[in-house]
Amino acid sequence: MAEFNTHILVCGGTGCKASQSDLLKANLKNRLADHGLQNEVQVLQTGCFGFCEKGPIVKIQPDNTFYVSVEPKDAIEIVDEHILKGRKVEHLLFKDPKNDKRVDDSKQMDFYKKQVRIALRNCGFINPENIDEYIGNDGYAALGTCLENYKPTEVIDLIKKSGLRGRGGGGFPTGLKWEITNKVEADQKYVVCNADEGDPGAFMDRSILEGDPHSVIEAMAICGYCIGASKGLVYIRAEYPLAIKRLKVALEQAAEYGLLGKNILGSDFNFEIEIRYGAGAFVCGEETALIHSMEGLRGEPTFKPPFPSESGYMGKPTNVNNVETFANIPPIINKGADWFASIGTEKSKGTKVFALAGKINNVGLIEVPMGITLREVIYDIGGGIKDGKEFKAVQTGGPSGGCLTKDFLDTPIDYDNLLAAGSMMGSGGMIVMDEDDCMVSIAKFYLEFTLDESCGKCTPCRIGNKRLYEILDKISQGKGTNEDLDKLRLLSQVIKDSSLCGLGQTSPNPVLSTLDHFMDEYVAHVDHHKCPAGQCKALLSYHIDEEKCTGCTLCFRNCPVGAISGEKRGPHYIDQSLCIKCGICLEKCKFDAVKIA
Amino acid sequence: MTKIKSLADLRKLKDEVQSKIKLREKGDHPENLIHIKVSMATCGIASGAKETMNYLIEELDHQGIDAIVTQTGCMGYCYAEPTIEVSIPGKEPVIYGHVNKDKALEIIEKHLKLNELVDGIIPTNYKTIED
Ligand SMILES: Cc1cc2nc3c(=O)[nH]c(=O)nc-3n(C[C@H](O)[C@H](O)[C@H](O)COP(=O)(O)O)c2cc1C
Ligand code: SF4
Repeated sequence: MAEFNTHILVCGGTGCKASQSDLLKANLKNRLADHGLQNEVQVLQTGCFGFCEKGPIVKIQPDNTFYVSVEPKDAIEIVDEHILKGRKVEHLLFKDPKNDKRVDDSKQMDFYKKQVRIALRNCGFINPENIDEYIGNDGYAALGTCLENYKPTEVIDLIKKSGLRGRGGGGFPTGLKWEITNKVEADQKYVVCNADEGDPGAFMDRSILEGDPHSVIEAMAICGYCIGASKGLVYIRAEYPLAIKRLKVALEQAAEYGLLGKNILGSDFNFEIEIRYGAGAFVCGEETALIHSMEGLRGEPTFKPPFPSESGYMGKPTNVNNVETFANIPPIINKGADWFASIGTEKSKGTKVFALAGKINNVGLIEVPMGITLREVIYDIGGGIKDGKEFKAVQTGGPSGGCLTKDFLDTPIDYDNLLAAGSMMGSGGMIVMDEDDCMVSIAKFYLEFTLDESCGKCTPCRIGNKRLYEILDKISQGKGTNEDLDKLRLLSQVIKDSSLCGLGQTSPNPVLSTLDHFMDEYVAHVDHHKCPAGQCKALLSYHIDEEKCTGCTLCFRNCPVGAISGEKRGPHYIDQSLCIKCGICLEKCKFDAVKIA
Repeated sequence: MTKIKSLADLRKLKDEVQSKIKLREKGDHPENLIHIKVSMATCGIASGAKETMNYLIEELDHQGIDAIVTQTGCMGYCYAEPTIEVSIPGKEPVIYGHVNKDKALEIIEKHLKLNELVDGIIPTNYKTIED
């Protein structure tokens, strides 16, 4: 068999498939066969190229030609011109928006690569259970440089200059936090890594610990050097067995090389790390609760100040940082503060890892520069909405965040813009919703989570959220009143203002933001007893279309409560007083006769 | 393991392991030494990456193909797990998604043996800090 010398890669991502990339592939194959080239040129379908706006995409190898917006009819031209005559098809080449020039080599157009990997730089590249691979990729060089060449305050200045802010949700400047902890005098200080990650749908911290545990260990040691701590603690939820296993292996290997322990790299700096397990309570991600949990006390937040940097674990100054925050430290030291500060927006530097989930085609972990727009994330990287449906909103910041509507698709994502838009960065969960999602149900879902996770210390959080939930439940049953809508807002405000910790202070955010952006849906539930998305069961009713019903009795035989009656071969009926709205009749009917109203 | 006692020691070790990795990749049989990385984070394992990895090791061994199979972390394409990266010396690495046993066999038969790409490639869509 002859070896293929050219490959034509056709994007088979969902977005491109919707614009006929299947037909395009078939046309290419046919045209190649017309010229007897089927054994020399191979046509392949690939995953998403991440440039869906300009799909379908075709890439030709080995010359790296990148064609955009290719229609099935263009197959002939591509084969006849490019493959046979070796001339690029000019009008299908990507036009650089900056200078209107056509770009013919995709090596020069890597701006279509919207992701930049800093925190995830080694995930998916190195074997996380082999320290040599980490060292081979510049591992521990940052720690070595700090110990040998810089004073602690110099490293702190570097981190400050880089503009790095905490990735655990709050966005507090990391260098400043280190500086504060450095200045407090104490016989013992601690470095704590927050790997609790309780945000539903978020898994970036887990992935970093699973894919690159040494980067966190190295950064914790650097932090220890800077603040004057000889002990580090990783607080990780016991639900993450693989991350724990890899972290343990990494700790052992680092100790064997003397990268943890006494007199690290010949200096007089000592540092060791222990693992502490969390039982998986969301509130234990809050730093004061986390510290109490590690001390063996109940995982309940306490009032700040004193901040952990003054009085934390065992009453000693403690610097708490998030996993992803730590993972950014070694590259900042290796490549410089200016390099890091050149990425991102004015007040949010570097990148952020997001866990893309929900009604999106390319569910996964992405790392993007701050300042990217939601549109680029959802359409170019995420490959658009599943099943070609309409985008409705995206929830960022999990149960503490809010939803962003299509009005915000072109807003650059950073800490401050998200706050201004009524949401927040949070830890980086990004849940995409489409036209089928009911916003009242979404608010209810997050509140249910909060209810379970509230530690119960403050009345507004413990009882107020319960009342909020009950009102939402009432609305989703179609029993809400206009007064309830006002109550929702008032109560939300009170809970925000009078709760002790971040959990209570942010728990009403999903309610407030859905009220702000989707009032019409609340009104539909309250005034018209309708759920526009068709999600709230109590507001649905199932009916059988007499015209379409053939009287096959399939629904009658499957209804679990015997709500359906009718003669064989005659139209059937649903008794609304018996119907429990399970939807089985709709699922079973082969004639499309069951309708939802 | 011996302890690393200074930054200079660390740099020396880095050069050593780098050339070891290179040696392993380029090796004595420059044409044949292939490196396959299997994405083995929670998402990958849940979708069967372990089975894929075991199968790859067994099948390559069985067929007498000299290749190194290693594990790595999440590549980020969770929607397409299990994912693997195939590097043939002198060629750009290629990432495949949804690699079950059948796909793994197809990759061995076509990509590794005939140097022919197969369906299911995931284009890399990110820059690394080296770029
Ligand atoms: C309810 C609640 C849950 C939190 N969960 C986490 C978490 O899972 N992981 C995390 O790193 N920070 C979490 N935080 C933020 C921490 O309190 C703290 O700000 C953070 O760990 C500081 O690290 P950073 O500056 O690197 O972001 C949570 C805060 C609150 C109020
Ligand atoms: S706000 Fe809620 S979670 Fe936070 S301390 Fe009060 S009761 Fe506990």
